[in-house]
Amino acid sequence: MKSEITQKLGFTLLFFCILIMLFFLGVLVYFVASKGFSVLSWNFLTDIPREGMTAGGIAPAIVGTLYLTLGSIIFSLPLGVACAIYLCEYGPKSYVVNIIRISINNLAGVPSVVFGLFGLAVFVKFFGFGVSMLSGSLTLGMLVLPQIISASQEALLAVPQSYREASFALGATPWQTIKKTTLPAALPGILTGTILSIGRVAGETAPIIFTAATFYMRGFPDSVFSEVMALPYHIYALMTEGTHPEQQTQIAYGCALILLLLVLSVSAIAIIIRQKQRKHYG
Amino acid sequence: MDNIAAMRVENVNFFYGKKQALRNINMEIYKNQVTAIIGPSGCGKSTFIRLFNRMNDLVPNTKVEGKIYLDNKDILYPKVNVVKLRRKVGMVFQKPNPFPKSIFQNVSYGLEIKSKNKDFIKEQVVKSLKRAALWEEVKDRLYDNALGLSGGQQQRLCIARCLAVEPDVLLFDEPCASLDPHSTRRIEELIQELKEYYTIVIVTHNLQQASRVADYTAFLYLGELIEFGETGRLFTVPEDKRTEQYITGKFG
Ligand SMILES: Nc1ncnc2c1ncn2[C@@H]1O[C@H](COP(=O)(O)OP(=O)(O)OP(=O)(O)O)[C@@H](O)[C@H]1O
Ligand SMILES: [Mg+2]
Repeated sequence: MKSEITQKLGFTLLFFCILIMLFFLGVLVYFVASKGFSVLSWNFLTDIPREGMTAGGIAPAIVGTLYLTLGSIIFSLPLGVACAIYLCEYGPKSYVVNIIRISINNLAGVPSVVFGLFGLAVFVKFFGFGVSMLSGSLTLGMLVLPQIISASQEALLAVPQSYREASFALGATPWQTIKKTTLPAALPGILTGTILSIGRVAGETAPIIFTAATFYMRGFPDSVFSEVMALPYHIYALMTEGTHPEQQTQIAYGCALILLLLVLSVSAIAIIIRQKQRKHYG
Repeated sequence: MDNIAAMRVENVNFFYGKKQALRNINMEIYKNQVTAIIGPSGCGKSTFIRLFNRMNDLVPNTKVEGKIYLDNKDILYPKVNVVKLRRKVGMVFQKPNPFPKSIFQNVSYGLEIKSKNKDFIKEQVVKSLKRAALWEEVKDRLYDNALGLSGGQQQRLCIARCLAVEPDVLLFDEPCASLDPHSTRRIEELIQELKEYYTIVIVTHNLQQASRVADYTAFLYLGELIEFGETGRLFTVPEDKRTEQYITGKFG
């Protein structure tokens, strides 16, 4: 009897926690949507900023964010998957490999502004890429690399050992086994990790402040070495600089809304890809 | 019966870390005969059969001593090409483990590694499915996912997949453990047919199964080979007290 009451109390509490979470999520979306909605228009999406950021659109920032996100994933996904394969499938199960694994996990906890400084020192200055899309993409790629490696490792470890055994027993080499069996089976999990990374990359501000972002551009970036506008940095700039705080705040909310929608739709695409893959590799 | 030894096991010991799982095993596996390995759970049957295709290499922190000869070569020698060995010594596992691919792709898996000849692969797939007594049931849906097959069909598919690479020796580790009686009977019949072409080693928990399918039987107990001999003889007049106790159900 007493345990039943405890259970009821426990579940009620859990339900209450969910309600709180939903409440904040709802408020957040409502807040951003209601404040940002008024500035939305076709023009806002396709035009460049005009009149000292108080009019026109944010097209360069949207495009810039897409480029930076894509660039960072192109760089970090293959590298991350390769690292994970080495750590899970090839690497000797040694002390050193364990240390590498722990370091990677710790890297995931490093604040993003530190990655920003690192990118400034290494990509912008040392390699001489300057403040550019390339530097920004590489910095963002570094930022999400640990996350992609961890997710890929988990996905590889979740592949049933019986698949590997079956493949080896048929005379496949470790390389053939990875290529034909382990990696395809792990792909849905790897994509899940990538989805989360995309959300993170698109929204990060600190790593691109010193490495890629600019407050104002007339047109679109024309090479990987040009500076770019990006939505998160644009929001930051609108709220801290300029001379027309009233109009700028409105535009900032518009940017925030677009950023939210952008992240959601990219995730949706990735989820669809993942579902399709899952059907193939039950 | 004049028997030719296909494989000869000499003084084999096996260790998981410090724990010894096999103790000084000596025996022969005869060509085109079925050899059953029986014994209570944990006695080392799987460990033993997995030595023949070096599957234990995948388990970290293990050590093996002794020799197993196949075609006068010691397959336990560290530098042996295990990829080649595994094409000669195929294995079917306890739980059917088809790849999450089509039926055709499952059977062609081991072939595509070696050959790019599409006609040859196709021919070999059909032949293997026929030999594994699965062809009639799947010929209309070769490109369906193999996971849609029943447990017994999946296990025959795993056998077909294994036959496709044309091994000399077939290892079965409790191939019927997860199957119903009907599927079990089919697999047993199949093993009988296959021994015309292959040398077969089968691990089984099921004593009736051993007496039904095996020409020779080896009884393992706590990592030791207690007794090895013709199945009929071993089941009727066991030489060792422990064998007698096991086959009469006194322990296990
Ligand atoms: N990976 C492993 N690491 C450590 N010990 C192991 C490992 N695999 C098996 N063993 C041990 O080795 C012994 C033999 O195991 P094995 O799996 O060969 O037995 P088995 O006869 O096949 O048993 P079953 O009939 O239950 O399949 C057991 O005591 C088992 O606990
Ligand atoms: Mg076993």
